[in-house]
Amino acid sequence: MTAASPQTIFDVSAPGRRSSTIPEAGVGPAPAGAIPERLRRRTPPRLPEVSELDLVRHYTRLSQRNWAIDVGPYPLGSCTMKYNPKVNEETAALPGFRNLHPWQPESQVQGALRLLWETERILVELTGMAKVTFQPAAGAQGEMTGLLMMRAFHAAAGDPRSVVLIPDSAHGTNPASVALAGFKVRQIPSDERGLVDLAALEAALDGQVAGLMLTNPNTLGLFERDIEKIAAAVHAVGGLLYFDGANLNAILGKVRPGDMGFDIVHINTHKTFTTPHGGGGPGAGPVAVTERLARFLPAPVVGYDEGEGRWFWDTDRPDSIGRMHGFHGNFGVLVRAYTYLRSIGGEGLVKVAERAVLNANYLRKRIEDAYPMAHPGWCMHEFVATARRYRAQGVRAMDIAKRLIDLGYHPPTVYFPLVVEEAMMAEPTETESRESLDGLADALLQIAGEASSDPDLLHRAPVTTPVGRLDEARAARRLHVRWEPGAPWLSE
Amino acid sequence: MSLIPPDLRYTREHEWASLGDDGKVKVGITDFAQSRLGDVVFLDLPELESAVTAGESMGEVESTKSVSDIYAPLSGSVKGLNAECRDNPALVNQDPYGEGWLVVIEPGDAAEYEGLLTAEQYAAVVAELEGAEGG
Repeated sequence: MTAASPQTIFDVSAPGRRSSTIPEAGVGPAPAGAIPERLRRRTPPRLPEVSELDLVRHYTRLSQRNWAIDVGPYPLGSCTMKYNPKVNEETAALPGFRNLHPWQPESQVQGALRLLWETERILVELTGMAKVTFQPAAGAQGEMTGLLMMRAFHAAAGDPRSVVLIPDSAHGTNPASVALAGFKVRQIPSDERGLVDLAALEAALDGQVAGLMLTNPNTLGLFERDIEKIAAAVHAVGGLLYFDGANLNAILGKVRPGDMGFDIVHINTHKTFTTPHGGGGPGAGPVAVTERLARFLPAPVVGYDEGEGRWFWDTDRPDSIGRMHGFHGNFGVLVRAYTYLRSIGGEGLVKVAERAVLNANYLRKRIEDAYPMAHPGWCMHEFVATARRYRAQGVRAMDIAKRLIDLGYHPPTVYFPLVVEEAMMAEPTETESRESLDGLADALLQIAGEASSDPDLLHRAPVTTPVGRLDEARAARRLHVRWEPGAPWLSE
Repeated sequence: MSLIPPDLRYTREHEWASLGDDGKVKVGITDFAQSRLGDVVFLDLPELESAVTAGESMGEVESTKSVSDIYAPLSGSVKGLNAECRDNPALVNQDPYGEGWLVVIEPGDAAEYEGLLTAEQYAAVVAELEGAEGG
């Protein structure tokens, strides 16, 4: 970084500088003892002192360093980084939605309740489920919600169970959620097709199995074509099927999780329905379930009284697993999802799935001579290539990813899924044009050439970014997540 | 090519084992394992005196790429831990067969050691994996 680009807002701080001036208070100081001694600060807080213009410049500069789908292609596998239409922001900012308070009486929020109800109708139709909760704040919390319902289902049947099955290609959140929900993980290997190994699944099934978590298409971008056999086998021992909605984009309007035999489905609105990718910010991970699980959903759920033509919060749910979020989840995110669903429409969603799969296969075909596929043949919405042939030149998937940054693209996911060596997982999504896919393919092919002709170029990359190659090992070994004035790691 | 000392024993999961004069067995991960994992950033090792079972996970090794299980090569009780390595996991990368050792196990059944892979057998396992990388 150059001297002209300060690292933190503290570097532009000057004593006494302010971005706003506050008038003298019209009341005297707090009476002695109003704030107990033990709660008083000993030292003033270390806050930056900057003018409004300093503040705006600093954060605008930082935002310009950020890569986003609004800047260029973002083929990060398994993340579905599609374009978020700006109309979503317009509707979410409508005063009637923006100024709502969760304590307003039902009579004043009929429009908001109706929006949730209609979103639920759409999700029910798309997933083949019966009822939805909007409380979970993201996919991972959706997993937790689904697993707690799975636990409640077996407990209510007087048959508590301890094990959840997960394929070895699954997202890391799956085993984490299983452990957090108090189950044990039993891992199912993939077969040579990259699909669930049916024989291994049969061998792992017994009366302790609460359920199976599966993504379909799976994390290798392949459709689990034995899903009906898988579902029948899991149901035969009394287990439930959990559908991780991470890859729902590939099958919208084509096949429904409910028709495949799934019992619980979570939906990542930030992947499939164009709400912002949170980065820790507010998200939404609605969970849809079949009729036999509906009574366990977090309460309240949205209800509709046809006789009176009014929407209401259905709180009378004695078997509910309880709340998963304050109030009713992140409503503003759901307004964006609803806007997308209604503006693109049912036929539009079918085209989304078709274009997502077409784009992934187009990109795959263009690069597969240089980057062989982990599992050759047609893929769904994403594919996993391997860069292991370049290891002989001392070039790793990470080097290829870093070089791609210099050429103006966000890299694909690397080193995931774990079952593929030197994995590079790309998901271009339906919103990229053919020209943009060609640009990405050309860049990847150029890098494949450079891996042989000039491997050092790849090792040095990226060189066009404000910060060069980061020492990830040191960052992990000596983790500092809190700013401290004059900390040695800033100047090292 | 990865280093495979001839006097050690090995597992298919890329642990090495070394039988000491006192009958206890020192365990670490192989050079092949550390090169595939990349920079090791965190080690989760079993507690002293805890019981471990051959073929079952007894800890985890975390690199910048992934988290992998460390499998016990044989059953027994944990009698030693490499605290220095736990504080400085880079030792696993720098010296996997020396300073980067992980635990010492007192085997319940000394014969288990003889059942582990020889260097020659383990070299064949590695060769097969490296051969598959023609890509």
